[in-house]
Amino acid sequence: MTTRIVELRQGILKKNDELARGLRSQFETAGVLVLNLVSSPGTGKTEFLQGTLRELISSGSRAAALVGDLETDNDARRLAASGAPVRQINTHGICHLEAEMVSKHLDGWNLADLDYLFIENVGNLVCPSSYDLGEKIRVALLSVTEGEDKPLKYPTIYNSADVAVITKVDIAEAVGFDRATALKNISEIRPGIRIFETSAKSGVGMAEWLAYLAELRPLR
Amino acid sequence: MHELSIVASIVDSVTETMAAYPGSRVKEVRLRIGALASVIEDSLQFCYGLGTQGTPLEGSTLIVKILPVRMHCDGCTSDVEIASLQSFRCPHCNEPLTDMRQGRELELDSIEIEEVEATV
Repeated sequence: MTTRIVELRQGILKKNDELARGLRSQFETAGVLVLNLVSSPGTGKTEFLQGTLRELISSGSRAAALVGDLETDNDARRLAASGAPVRQINTHGICHLEAEMVSKHLDGWNLADLDYLFIENVGNLVCPSSYDLGEKIRVALLSVTEGEDKPLKYPTIYNSADVAVITKVDIAEAVGFDRATALKNISEIRPGIRIFETSAKSGVGMAEWLAYLAELRPLR
Repeated sequence: MHELSIVASIVDSVTETMAAYPGSRVKEVRLRIGALASVIEDSLQFCYGLGTQGTPLEGSTLIVKILPVRMHCDGCTSDVEIASLQSFRCPHCNEPLTDMRQGRELELDSIEIEEVEATV
């Protein structure tokens, strides 16, 4: 019996990575800015996105959303109230979105007709970090109710983010949120990252966030 | 718990490779995993046992090499290993670090196969 080593030297998630690369170039060609929103369950991704979509649509921007959940289309129905085209992706137990799921749910949409496409990932701070969805910007959210040390506990996802959003700041005082520590912890994990402090409910910080989105949008 | 999805991807790739080696069996599968790849080795090993059943990888050993996070430090003009995943600062000059050179790998490095002699 002889043994031999076969060198493979390939990414384990090669298929996802290749598909994501394809999506990225498709998005760039169409001129649509794609953002992937990641956080724990309950951070308020849907509320934040609802506020964002409402503002974008009312100011004449063309925005759409894909929203991932294990089960139910509750989030899609909430988001659709903004008037934006929305599609639900049910993963049926899978804890993250994959490029293939995104690709399948784009069928019938003309990407060139969109300015922004938001992808709300499944609420999970671990698994989504490994799966590229072809997004341009990865947004990591953290709510004031979660504890200031969350970025330290989940460095993988916060380090992979392009921008951070703190949500629910309207109740920060009531829950004893230590703002300075939270900001410091995010910056320890991702030095130099831009951080937005928002409340979709009261509207605080949403203008800065929307101005940032406007900055990112390439001119047609 | 995306380790099972990861195992499924490994099974696909290795099974594909094994098509070129008829009459051989997989002895070992070797991975290179970055410390910041959000993969837990224990959970990967557990899922490997489950996910390889009934495939050409059944009974093989999974060997995981964990790669430390290496960042480029502009201050020191060299690559440095961070002391902990809770602080992306240079352990020598305390400069904040943003330029990652290693740490997110999720790689299928190689497999060891055994040629089973044909019986007459």
